[in-house]
Amino acid sequence: MIDRETVKNVANLAKLGLSEEEIDMLGSQLSAILEHIHILQEADVSGVPPTAHASRLTNVMREDISQASYLPEILLANAPDQEENSLKVNAVLEED
Amino acid sequence: MTELYKLSIAEAGKLLREKKISSVELTQAHLDRIREVEPKVKAFTLVTDELALEQAREADKRIAQGDNLRPLTGIPIAIKDVICTKDIPTTCGSRMLENFKPPFDAAVMEKLNADGIVMVGKTNMDEFAMGSSTEHSAFFPTHNPWDLERAPGGSSGGSAAAVAAGMAMGSYGSDTGGSIRQPGSLCNLVGLKPTYGRVSRYGLVAFASSLDQIGPFARSAQDAAILLEAIAGHDQRDATSSNVAVQDYNAGLSGDIKGMRIGVPEEYWVEGTQPGVVNVVKENIERLRALGAEISPVSLPHTKYGVAAYYIIAPAEASSNLSRYDGIKYGYSYRDTSDMWEALEKTRENGFGPEVKRRIMLGTYALSAGYYDAYYKQAEKVRTLIRQDFEKAFEQFDVLVSPATPTVAFKLGEISDPYQMYLQDVFTIPANLAGICGVSIPGGFSDGLPVGLQLLGNAFKEDTILRVADAFERVTDYHTQWPASL
Repeated sequence: MIDRETVKNVANLAKLGLSEEEIDMLGSQLSAILEHIHILQEADVSGVPPTAHASRLTNVMREDISQASYLPEILLANAPDQEENSLKVNAVLEED
Repeated sequence: MTELYKLSIAEAGKLLREKKISSVELTQAHLDRIREVEPKVKAFTLVTDELALEQAREADKRIAQGDNLRPLTGIPIAIKDVICTKDIPTTCGSRMLENFKPPFDAAVMEKLNADGIVMVGKTNMDEFAMGSSTEHSAFFPTHNPWDLERAPGGSSGGSAAAVAAGMAMGSYGSDTGGSIRQPGSLCNLVGLKPTYGRVSRYGLVAFASSLDQIGPFARSAQDAAILLEAIAGHDQRDATSSNVAVQDYNAGLSGDIKGMRIGVPEEYWVEGTQPGVVNVVKENIERLRALGAEISPVSLPHTKYGVAAYYIIAPAEASSNLSRYDGIKYGYSYRDTSDMWEALEKTRENGFGPEVKRRIMLGTYALSAGYYDAYYKQAEKVRTLIRQDFEKAFEQFDVLVSPATPTVAFKLGEISDPYQMYLQDVFTIPANLAGICGVSIPGGFSDGLPVGLQLLGNAFKEDTILRVADAFERVTDYHTQWPASL
């Protein structure tokens, strides 16, 4: 059972703002989904290694060759805010 | 002559090269068709009509000069709005990327543009490819051309509807748990998910990176072969893309499946599958037998864990991938605060829709301290068991056959419970977990609605499943049917 506190904690980990209504709804929806997913615990996985991806490759290497990148103007074209050819963001470190 | 929009890619390509039609004419026919039916279907987030005509004129020049002609030169194609197109909006069906114009082309777009395709538009989808109906698009739902009150499936519903309605000759979508095969099934198309690593994911906006794969929608196996060959191949910008040589998929369409060993997974006859779907699939299994295939039952014992494993793994990867949407570098940004954390949370609260939020929450929960082993690690181990099921099955069989979806197209608004929607992908998810290839092909109709037949092949055996699909088309006419409602 996913209670309101758990929803809020998880949302905080994901830095996802939620309305009060969404907190209630997600609590019951996630609980219902996890109930279905619980079937996973029945599977006998003793000695079974995990599969992280379905690619049949491991340790893919390539030459490290430097190449031209994008101009700042191109990368900033989608930026919500910018100043002097840089991304403009809210203060990260603040005085106490 | 039949309407130009009804031609197959193979037929149109021949007429183009023989200069009996021009790409401009062919493109205009599709733009006219879009004008006529798109208001009802709503398959596109953006129709790129000016670009299409410009590309068509280029294609006609190329054809006139006769050099470097490719099977897709001058052919009108639609692209799912999750594939980056340089300087052309790529929204992923999300408010978050509503105004986003990528500074680069996806690897598949580089290949397609080099081949000289005509892009008619970007297609609607469930937000960030999460959903099975396109109802989770932040903009509007797409309607199924076979019954406009019904969903086309998803998440690549716009790409499917565009081809089913004759607004594009072929299209591309992405399939993470069934997002090509399920809408293919619901819209009477050939919808193919390639083997993981067959197609570069560079420039495909990430949902679940260990599962995502780009693939084609077509109205025939032959066209699907052309569309797949155009995008397949190694790309060093995607470290999971494979070096295995790309096959000549068209050359493999011999029509001969005599002696082919086809397995029927016993666990795919599950409760909840509509009787009309079961009947169509059983009839078609007999058809394959009549074509000379050796049909036997096969067991994939861990099938019942597929949906559960997927709904841990895919949301876990999504929660990580979607952390990039922070309102700083690109995309929607909440600006009414000077507090960094509040801006971040509000950006994500306002920018994401309900299904995306649900999956971010589910994935974050599954990865959080105390639950990681019980959920994520467990799901990864179950994934191994499912992969091994297929490895064993493909020691004995060339192809596996099953329903593609448990139901025919459902009404828009009919499925409101999230988990019920997740079950749409019960037959398609295992192939993504195992990384093998699969295709849904037109298998017939139940109450006038299309039923898809799923063919699963071992890794890099796209040629084999396409051969079966093509052989099946030679003795059936389902794939040639057009929706009557348009």
